[in-house]
Amino acid sequence: MKPAPFTYHDPITAGEAVSLLTKFEDAKVLAGGQSLMPMLNMRFVVPDHVIDLNRIDGIAGIRDGGDTIEIGAMTRQRDLMRNQVIATKAPIIGEALNWVGHFQTRNRGTIGGSLCHLDPAAELPCLMALYDAMLTLHGPSGPRQVPFAEWPLAYMLPSIGPDELLTGVSVPYWEGNTGHGFVEFARRHGDFAIVAVAALLTVDGGKITRAAISIGGADVHPIRLTEAEAALVGAAPNAAAFKAAAENARGIETMSDAYVTSAYRQRLAATLVERALSAAASIANENV
Amino acid sequence: MADTRDIELTVNGESRTGTVETRTSLGDFLRHGLDLTGTHMGCEHGVCGACTVLVDGEAVRSCLMLAVQSNGHEITTVEGLAEDDGTLSALQEAFWKHHGLQCGFCTPGMLTSLSAFLRENPDPSERDVREAISGNICRCTGYQGIVDAALDAAKTMRKGS
Repeated sequence: MKPAPFTYHDPITAGEAVSLLTKFEDAKVLAGGQSLMPMLNMRFVVPDHVIDLNRIDGIAGIRDGGDTIEIGAMTRQRDLMRNQVIATKAPIIGEALNWVGHFQTRNRGTIGGSLCHLDPAAELPCLMALYDAMLTLHGPSGPRQVPFAEWPLAYMLPSIGPDELLTGVSVPYWEGNTGHGFVEFARRHGDFAIVAVAALLTVDGGKITRAAISIGGADVHPIRLTEAEAALVGAAPNAAAFKAAAENARGIETMSDAYVTSAYRQRLAATLVERALSAAASIANENV
Repeated sequence: MADTRDIELTVNGESRTGTVETRTSLGDFLRHGLDLTGTHMGCEHGVCGACTVLVDGEAVRSCLMLAVQSNGHEITTVEGLAEDDGTLSALQEAFWKHHGLQCGFCTPGMLTSLSAFLRENPDPSERDVREAISGNICRCTGYQGIVDAALDAAKTMRKGS
């Protein structure tokens, strides 16, 4: 088993990669290869051209941008887990990555690859939805920015042109006394999430001042529980408030597949929302 | 016409060269191009872990990397884990002692993965070891012998250093 023939390109600048994407019609971008390579090996995709980003300088790495964390698209998942800026400013990212595949796949897999592949159950898109991350794309007419809320257009279809390249992600830093919770239910550890929930809570003077809840795996792309988030603001971070948020999750739109029904996903989402919020609150309370 | 590239890499400490078709996986190149058949190709989509090798010291799936991407890098396969005189590494010795294999198909991936894991986690718990090999499928042993071997090897390596 191996891929159908293709022409391989290994540009050394992002500009060169964009030129190649503009020039060739049937081209696939190869980042860490942990999703594209299996699809090539099984001939689910049969591109004429493969454009490998691994030799490009300057689109990998993590930088503290003050009120944001700037992450290059080719940053490996392993490097996100080992990074001090992320560990202090957005520890949920490192924690959630424990659920992404296995350590051997995280050594190659990249954040940009995961965001462009946009698997409904993937953890990194769920986290970028949580943070309202800003994505930077480069195309023939220069760079443009896309907020994550506008990134998924449909099932595994990101808002990226055929001649565009995702180069970086900007993750806003949550000020104040913020706690986080990430919980996931999968059939086996490292397998795709049936449902994953990520939550952030900022608590000040015994009241929630800011909340975000992102649910992955339930629908065709990550969804934010905006109504429940709004209801949490001003409330005390207690079991009753989290139960109400969980009830809200029970009403979300969910997928059905060969193994798991839509109703089961809704029940799971409700349970996991409650757990993620409790975890977030206990971290926020510890910080006081 | 086939799209080919000349590559130069270090495999188990030796400099090697080859001409590869760009669609060839690193695993296939190691086996068919360099006759290093210790690396086993199983599922060829990143799930079974049998093909795991070390690239610049980090464990990766050789079925999910193109041979052309290994140009200029340092690869260690299961053949490179023992000493030059054939003395087994502490981990290999422990696999022998604890019956960490039966048919041996998963063994190269288990050994390379655990070599990298133990280097970074010299004192792992049983749970840590089980999580480390959660991406390596063994259908013979039930994993118990493999976990015992990894824990015993870690102990031996801690004493040695």
